[in-house]
Amino acid sequence: MAALLEARGLHAQYGWTKVLHGLDFAVEEGGITTILGANGAGKTTTLRAVCGMVRTAGEVRFDGRDIAGRATEDIVRLGIAHVPEGRGTFVNLTVDENLRLGAYGRSSRTGIAEDFEAVYRYFPVLASRKRQVAGTLSGGEQQMLAVARALMLRPRLLLLDEPSLGLAPMVVREIFRIVRTINRERRVSVLLVEQNAAIALGLADQAYLMETGRIVQSGPAAQLRENDAIRRAYLGY
Amino acid sequence: MSARVRLGLLLVLLAIAVALPLFVSNFRLFQFTQVATYAIALLGLNMLTGYNGQISLGHGAFYALGAYTAAIMIDKWNVPYALTLPVAGLLCLVAGFLFGIPALRLEGLYLALATFALALAVPQILKYFEDWTGGSQGIVLSKPKPPWGLAITPDQWLYFFTLAVMLVLFFLARNLLAGRTGRAIVAIRDNPTAAQAMGINTPLYKSLTFGVSAGYTGVAGALSALTIAFVAPDTFNVFLSITFLVGIVIGGLASISGAILGGFFIQFVPNWAQDISKAAPWAIYGVFLILTMYVMPFGIAGTARLLMARRLRRAGTARAG
Amino acid sequence: MEILFQQIVSGLATGGIYGSVALALVMIYQATDVVNYAQGEMAMFSTYLAWSMMNAGVPYWAAFFGTLVVSFVGGLLIERIVIRPVEGKPVLTIVIVCIGLLVIFNSVAGWIYSYIQKPFPSPFPPRPIMLGTVVFGAHDVGAILVTLIVLACLYAFFRYTTLGLAMRAAAQNPASSRLCGIRVGWMLAIGWGLAAMVGAVAGMMVAPIVFLDPNMMAGILIYAFASATLGGFTSPGGAVIGGLIVGVIENIVGTYVSFIGTELKLTVALAVILVVLVFKPSGLFGRPAVHRV
Repeated sequence: MAALLEARGLHAQYGWTKVLHGLDFAVEEGGITTILGANGAGKTTTLRAVCGMVRTAGEVRFDGRDIAGRATEDIVRLGIAHVPEGRGTFVNLTVDENLRLGAYGRSSRTGIAEDFEAVYRYFPVLASRKRQVAGTLSGGEQQMLAVARALMLRPRLLLLDEPSLGLAPMVVREIFRIVRTINRERRVSVLLVEQNAAIALGLADQAYLMETGRIVQSGPAAQLRENDAIRRAYLGY
Repeated sequence: MSARVRLGLLLVLLAIAVALPLFVSNFRLFQFTQVATYAIALLGLNMLTGYNGQISLGHGAFYALGAYTAAIMIDKWNVPYALTLPVAGLLCLVAGFLFGIPALRLEGLYLALATFALALAVPQILKYFEDWTGGSQGIVLSKPKPPWGLAITPDQWLYFFTLAVMLVLFFLARNLLAGRTGRAIVAIRDNPTAAQAMGINTPLYKSLTFGVSAGYTGVAGALSALTIAFVAPDTFNVFLSITFLVGIVIGGLASISGAILGGFFIQFVPNWAQDISKAAPWAIYGVFLILTMYVMPFGIAGTARLLMARRLRRAGTARAG
Repeated sequence: MEILFQQIVSGLATGGIYGSVALALVMIYQATDVVNYAQGEMAMFSTYLAWSMMNAGVPYWAAFFGTLVVSFVGGLLIERIVIRPVEGKPVLTIVIVCIGLLVIFNSVAGWIYSYIQKPFPSPFPPRPIMLGTVVFGAHDVGAILVTLIVLACLYAFFRYTTLGLAMRAAAQNPASSRLCGIRVGWMLAIGWGLAAMVGAVAGMMVAPIVFLDPNMMAGILIYAFASATLGGFTSPGGAVIGGLIVGVIENIVGTYVSFIGTELKLTVALAVILVVLVFKPSGLFGRPAVHRV
């Protein structure tokens, strides 16, 4: 079975600076893949490369179709939802408006109302703040809003960029629990980029390890978790 | 470009500039004198907007102040014309510095608006103080005669005079901007908070830059009064300030050579536009503006800089790879 | 006292026009950080197009709405064709392009229609309206109504429609908007179209008062700047309210203060700009700019 998302020889650069040097990775349909690595390894750039937000060279295939070089908004409309670093919530708009915007790029208008209900079920704290301006939410709530907004797209693939950044451990666990639920209940595949290797490996099936723009290790998450040498050298625990 | 090549190029250009009066008519020479005058004004504005990041839509006001200072000094008190330049410059420097102080609180759009309001007010203020400025009629001057009995026309003398002043001022500016002061000024533009944190007295530098910038433009204004031998309020309207802004963007922000290139543009392109279409010359000018921005969004000097950097980078990677 | 009311209503009418142009300026500024200096000339050109239509026999309201449509399409095309090549370039580069547009529209209008002033019809009857003992010009009242209707429609569009929401999002956060599948470039284009439309309404409402000529909107643009400065460049509603206030102040000062003749006509606008910038640069309703380190 071909992977839902496949990258081959993916290069990326910001202006004149090359950041990614020929990456090969894949996300299986229905699976959770994580990309780990230290600061500056190029993890965020990888997600941005998938979404067409940086200059890329190489191949990126989504559901067999080549998406490299396409505009971000077109890639999103194919069913890829990206929760960016820093959350990217519309801070001057209400929670409800943020969610409505998430639904803007859907391929099909049917089922929006149900998705609204579902999203408020996953994140009850948002339900009580529908009319609140997003900028006044706490960090954890904004992260939940960002994930909820991504879900409103009814995506097939969810890209999560460092969801644990700046959040209390309890909140992080809650968010990851919901991601697992979404993955199981709605068959949303996930590509998760994280610095917090422990929690990421607890969630994912497949893992890739990045270092200065290259993938240095890959394999089932369980394997990377067990391998002491790798853990100590790259993951710091 | 290596320093030696650059020096060689400058000397060649200087030689051409000095020899120019031999080849061109008096009227053309007058136009080139205007180019040099504009170049000084544009360098002044560029110091403030290009290097220091403070947008001014009102430098026409300092140009007018300089021009009228020179005109009034010559007309009322018979001051030798060469002396009017430093006085005009100094007066505008103080005026600019004083304006720069309240301007510290304004940024970007708001500073542009404030300077825009200043530029709009200039013709009206000039007409109001009739006793000094001669009101709407303006002040008529006579062109300075060449000194030391030189056998050249007044237009030729004014050309050399302006050229000399321009070279001196450009030399001073280059030294200022290439050294610590220049780096501080640019640092303030790029990241005011970091600049302040590094110990740069940001408010002082910003106000001083405003002052020096106004001073340069004032000297240019005084020179233009001498060259044109006439000042009138409606010449110094808001469109002049906008033209200066056009000049520095097209010439290239934060570039000394850009000031000269910009001077050429604002002097000659309107004439070319008129040659192309008598009926709607400004429409052609507008098209020139837009097309230039498409092809050279960072100005002529800025785009040249980019291309050179690109060439260097390619040469570097070729050598390495 | 009655004269005061008349002047206030008159002031509100011109103020509505200033506020409309100010609104157009703020709409584009919020989305792009660029002030469209050509807004006034575009409005003037739209008004000339309306004049051409009426001159060819088209009845007023048909020409009015026809002009709105043409202006919308024109504004949209200008953004897509003229502005797009410099999108993302330094702000001053885009400013020069806007100045280029300003100069082109002014010059072409003068070339096609000449600089001779032309009268422009008002859709409102020349009979004055009486409210008790106070007399109001019908055009003044009509202009206020038209401005209010246009603004109400715009407000409803932005507040209640999905497209309006998408446009607001695109203006506030283009990157996140793309991640929602919003075509940010087209949102900008529609914004320019709407701004051009609002400008056209302003032009058609003011032309009966000041007569149609290529330099008609220059002074109004400056008053629009004053209005946006007073209301706040980050607040569309503020820009409109700023316009109303400036219009009233201008009228009252013009009536009661003797030395403000036509020579110092712009003085009020300049004074407003400078006073606001000295005391509260972000305007009455604007948000002060926050700089992240």
